[in-house]
Amino acid sequence: MKPLKILETNTDQTALSPLKGQSCCAPKTCSCTIEAAPVLHDEKALRGARWIRGAIDTPAGRVPVVSTAWKAADRLGRLRARVGDFRMKYAIDPGLYAVGAPGMDSDVYVSANYKLSFDVLRRSLTGMNAWILVLDTGGINVWCAAGKGTFGTAELVNRIKVSRLAALVKHRRVIAPQLGAVGVDADAVKRETGFAVRFGPVRAADIPAYVAAGYKKTDAMRRVRFTVLDRLALTPMELRPAVKPYLVFALTMLVLSGLAPEGILFRQALNGALPLLVLGLAALFAGAVVTPILLPLIPFRSFAVKGLVAGIAVVVPTVLYSGMFAGADIALLTASYLFFPLVSSYLALQFTGASTYTGINGVKKELRYALPVYIGGCVVSALALIVHGLSVRGVI
Amino acid sequence: MKYLKNVSTLAYTGEKCTGCGRCVEVCPHAVFGMSGGKAVLVDRDLCMECGACQRNCSAGAITVDAGVGCASAIIRGRLTGGEPVCGCSESGGACC
Repeated sequence: MKPLKILETNTDQTALSPLKGQSCCAPKTCSCTIEAAPVLHDEKALRGARWIRGAIDTPAGRVPVVSTAWKAADRLGRLRARVGDFRMKYAIDPGLYAVGAPGMDSDVYVSANYKLSFDVLRRSLTGMNAWILVLDTGGINVWCAAGKGTFGTAELVNRIKVSRLAALVKHRRVIAPQLGAVGVDADAVKRETGFAVRFGPVRAADIPAYVAAGYKKTDAMRRVRFTVLDRLALTPMELRPAVKPYLVFALTMLVLSGLAPEGILFRQALNGALPLLVLGLAALFAGAVVTPILLPLIPFRSFAVKGLVAGIAVVVPTVLYSGMFAGADIALLTASYLFFPLVSSYLALQFTGASTYTGINGVKKELRYALPVYIGGCVVSALALIVHGLSVRGVI
Repeated sequence: MKYLKNVSTLAYTGEKCTGCGRCVEVCPHAVFGMSGGKAVLVDRDLCMECGACQRNCSAGAITVDAGVGCASAIIRGRLTGGEPVCGCSESGGACC
């Protein structure tokens, strides 16, 4: 086969900037025979991508060569994606990319166009020569996109065709991440494109070992894990959605506590609401931080029950030993002991979405039992708080 | 880590199995194993109903009511009357 030549490297702006005065078919630099290879990527989409080192012209077109090392911007991007909405915009241009100096026999790895998915893959291919075929998943990671079907049979078939993979490599196989199998029917892809799909390891980091073993997966490579570090990385996104409801709750409690015939009394508002605001924070912490981190250690399999256990464990000592509830009436205690562990339970139940082992019918079953309890608990707590408020003001 | 007992809708018909091993290749929780040239269901309670096995079983030996095991997606699905889908692509979606 004819060697593919790296045309340009170490450009900081964009590797795809057309090489002025030099075409791929310039006789001295390149032996390829294709007339004006099509540019596979939109120039604009790759502008400023510092993870691109250069480009190679191939029978399928000009393909960007990507670095396998992460720069500071890549690490910052991962951090931002972990904590906020930035993840929704963290996408790259779909299509073909190259790692090292791949040729017509090199492996093709399929990825999603969520930049973090792509980054983890390219880092795992350090020292290898390979192609990466990035699917358009709307900037969503492989597993979630596969569940939605955007990392799926149709897009893989489409991307193999528009990227002219058949012209790029002699073999007829691609290696897809195992979790992509949720959306990819390997037989259908083979029927429609001629390319066989091998499902590689769950984690890209296992790829070198997988290749070294002759494209064989060990049991461990097949298994999804959910380590304490995995769970810790997810807690910011558990806490974030709770912030706004908490502020609404805090404001409501402050206003209601401060209500007096004269208007809203600030001192009265603070004194009355503070214990509830503290319990609210404790419940958030129990449901969205403690439960995810200690998940396997907390008894019971149901997430709602796990959250309830964590909530009780945090709320009860706070009520008993903080001193804030000294002299509290039975109504306030009822509301406190009831409402806040339920908040924790509800938040823990939300963590099923981030977990790697809960199924839809199990979660539906949890909801069948939990939702009526949540609603009932809220109603009883609200009534108890009203009774408490009236009794504090000497109405009843 | 195991989720609730007896909730997975995974069903496997051994007679249809052709022994291709795809289910073992794609299952992230080792629900299937191979024995005597055929797939065997090792532990249904490990199944998270992702549907990868069903999609890749060309013999049609596997069925599962697949979907996202995500409480907020299911609640949202019920409120909107649609299918439970992950909120990842909408802004503010907290799951995955």
